[in-house]
Amino acid sequence: MADGATKGASVIVVGGGVTGLSAAWWLARSGVDVLVLDKGVVGWEASGRNGGGASHYHSPLFHEEQRLWPQMDALLGYPTEYQRERVIFALTESDLAAYQGMAAEGRKLGYSVSDLDAKQVRELVPMASQANLGGVHLHYGGHANPQRTVQAYAWALQDLGGRIAQHAPVSDIVEAGGRVVAVETPAGRIGCDALVIAAGPQTSMLLAKVGLRLPLGFGRAEMIVTEPAPLMKIGGVDGNGLYGRQTLRGNLAFGGGPHEWIEMTLDGPAARPTSPLTRNLARRVAELMPGAAHLRLIRSWAGVIENTPDGRPVLDRLENPANMVVATMSSVGFGLSPATGHAVRDLVLDGRCSFADLGKLKLSRFENIRDDWLEQRGWLPPEQRATSAPPSWE
Amino acid sequence: MTRPTDPSAIDGKLAAPEARADVLVIGAGPAGTAAAIEAAAQGAQVVLVDENPVDAQLMGLDTPLLFGGRMSGAVQRGGRLIEALVAANPALEQAAELGVDVRMGVTAWGLYVNGQGLRALPAPMVGLADADRSWMCGFDRLVLATGARDVALAFQGWDQPGVVGAAGLHALLQRYDAFTGRRVVVLGSGELGIGTALMAQGRGLEVAAVIETLEHSPASPEQLATLAAAGIPLLTGHTPRRAEGGRDGVERLVVTTDRGGEITFDCDTICLAVGLAPAVELLNAAGGRIVSDGERGGHAPALSGWATSLPGVFAAGDCAGLTASEAEAADQGRQAVRQALGRPAEGAPRRGADAWAYQRAWHGALTRDADPSLIVCQCEAVTRGDLLELRAPRYLGEPTAAAEARNLGSLIADGPPNQDQVKRLTRAGMGPCQGRRCREQVALTLAQAAGVSPADVPLALHRPPVRPLPLKVMADWNETAAMTEGWEIWFAIPGQWAAYDDIGTEREFVTPFGGEG
Repeated sequence: MADGATKGASVIVVGGGVTGLSAAWWLARSGVDVLVLDKGVVGWEASGRNGGGASHYHSPLFHEEQRLWPQMDALLGYPTEYQRERVIFALTESDLAAYQGMAAEGRKLGYSVSDLDAKQVRELVPMASQANLGGVHLHYGGHANPQRTVQAYAWALQDLGGRIAQHAPVSDIVEAGGRVVAVETPAGRIGCDALVIAAGPQTSMLLAKVGLRLPLGFGRAEMIVTEPAPLMKIGGVDGNGLYGRQTLRGNLAFGGGPHEWIEMTLDGPAARPTSPLTRNLARRVAELMPGAAHLRLIRSWAGVIENTPDGRPVLDRLENPANMVVATMSSVGFGLSPATGHAVRDLVLDGRCSFADLGKLKLSRFENIRDDWLEQRGWLPPEQRATSAPPSWE
Repeated sequence: MTRPTDPSAIDGKLAAPEARADVLVIGAGPAGTAAAIEAAAQGAQVVLVDENPVDAQLMGLDTPLLFGGRMSGAVQRGGRLIEALVAANPALEQAAELGVDVRMGVTAWGLYVNGQGLRALPAPMVGLADADRSWMCGFDRLVLATGARDVALAFQGWDQPGVVGAAGLHALLQRYDAFTGRRVVVLGSGELGIGTALMAQGRGLEVAAVIETLEHSPASPEQLATLAAAGIPLLTGHTPRRAEGGRDGVERLVVTTDRGGEITFDCDTICLAVGLAPAVELLNAAGGRIVSDGERGGHAPALSGWATSLPGVFAAGDCAGLTASEAEAADQGRQAVRQALGRPAEGAPRRGADAWAYQRAWHGALTRDADPSLIVCQCEAVTRGDLLELRAPRYLGEPTAAAEARNLGSLIADGPPNQDQVKRLTRAGMGPCQGRRCREQVALTLAQAAGVSPADVPLALHRPPVRPLPLKVMADWNETAAMTEGWEIWFAIPGQWAAYDDIGTEREFVTPFGGEG
């Protein structure tokens, strides 16, 4: 932990992922003395390991997400690699219907979408399958580089006088008179006037410290990345059960497919391995874009994300402790983060979000959930199998 | 009663491995071949895979060794090469006669063992591939005999054909008989450098000189005497400054002394022999424990006897800690198999001179007064200046004033040196060679900037596939029906993509597929 980090702050944010860092940055923009505590390195978990998409029509934060992304590089002062627009194209009739249905949702919200025939798809995505059935072109949304973005938030926050302490895990929350007054860290107790918990999977364990129950399941999801390909007109490409993006360097990064439910501790995941699912992802990318089939696969990675029972965020200023805000995005946090940070800033300083109704995202909606809900949903890790059989020739 | 399952979770979707082995051995060098023979002699069903002959295009990416573009057209002829490889290693024939299933030209690109964060595997398995396809091979016991790879350090002009690594040179001369150079300067006068110089001369190359940046060679008097007897000049206290060349790469190497004099050597090849790194990619990518151990060559497997921290996985030969001879490596391979089969085993990895100290000295000398434009990461064209200034790649445009104010020092002030973080920001090590050419020198640069030993810079994580293989080769064209039927783009939680206004209405659970977005 860097010197000076242990000085108290007006607002402490627990969790240096995109949500916590954006919230802290928004607070610092309002002149608040803010300190971010992270158990490890900023953006080390799912915030730096995701598809980078920014097209979340389903969220109450959608309009703010769309308003902010085109400005983020200028606001932060560091490149996020944000690219507007997205192409989603189909190899099957049922996928095409689904994509058109999604486009209808965007149009309903006032955003522009073009329908594409197969030829138009290939004009935008030259590597696309000739057998594609067409798709949709979103003139909104887009994608950014998760790793660059998370560092941009962190640095922009520091530039405004905000502080970040890495390798500073919070082990307990100290209350007095219905309010949070401090958190415990290995470097000692750090005082605060308000607390934001944006600790991803660890959010539920931290809430438990003040007697609150946030039901979460923990999943590991995988992506693959290729060597660079010539830049396509639109880098954000989905289809064939995949989400993905082309980086401005040219690499294709794609994910999708089954997740694994895993165990979690306050220290975070012990490892983030990928599995032979890499081969299934490779196949789907090659099917979606046969022109990319010759590209070399150079990495795979996994991210660990939390999910609430309904798959929706908890963005809530609690009643007790009254100076505490909870922010978990339920596995869809990166793209919304510019807007989420704004919302959290509003909740901390004003008690309510100034630009969206968050009434359906309160923690209290899970009050009556059964204790065995994870088991009921099948959200438990695969049953442990033998790691290696005894030698069969003995 | 079976418990409820999430239909879009991974449970039951990964296929059982297509092939299997009682004992799977990766690498048919001395350690791996001896391990396979020992296992077969004990009655085990053994599969021995080796990535040689390596695909010519991969060799062009300096994968797995620093071949430096000095391979002849012979590397294009796979069939002929297999004959040459078998001829160069007679023990392979013995292995085959004992019933070992020997697979040449087969690359191991991934190791998967159930453990923390991954429990869904139907069996422990290794991902294999040839030129056309990939498949999984299950195992009861696995012996990693993956050898060592070249440690590359940059100097002006190193990014042109003709700068090879000691292991790359050795492979091209001894294994492939496909080396095009004639006159070589060797950098480094430790065991590796002197051994490489003598081997090269023995294969008919002219060795112009061995260059040592230290004032005194770390080699033994006997080794130095052998070098002198061979008539190979050794220049200590001399540091390479630049390689000059033309269309076909290196033509000259200029070296200087601390007192400033320049000496120019005509040569077509410069051989980096300042270090080899144990090839721990598979083990590291699978979550096996790696320790920083300079006396074993750098980052090496944590071992109990010859057992790694992963159940059923053993290591022997150079990948367990650099060995001094083929006989030593072979003995380790036999011992590792004995332990793997539950029989008494002995021995321990060899401990040599501290690799960190030697590489640090060389890196320090090569970077003293180095121009910031010195290329460190060839794939991504990241310079030493880019690393020190923590500069984002040029395609992201001119840096802002805020970005200009950030550098490696300010990053290190916020936390201990972390190569993966630097990689993400500068792209050093993110290219198609998977960081083989810059991994150690970026770590050395971090150590230099942070004022710590390279031993204390955590290993940048390897990720599968540990060889850069085409999508069409990696693809599983024969996946399980459960995978196909249960494939979802994201968690498939009912109502997750419902429009906010639809929550709580009859439309909440009928919103069409939305994608992760």
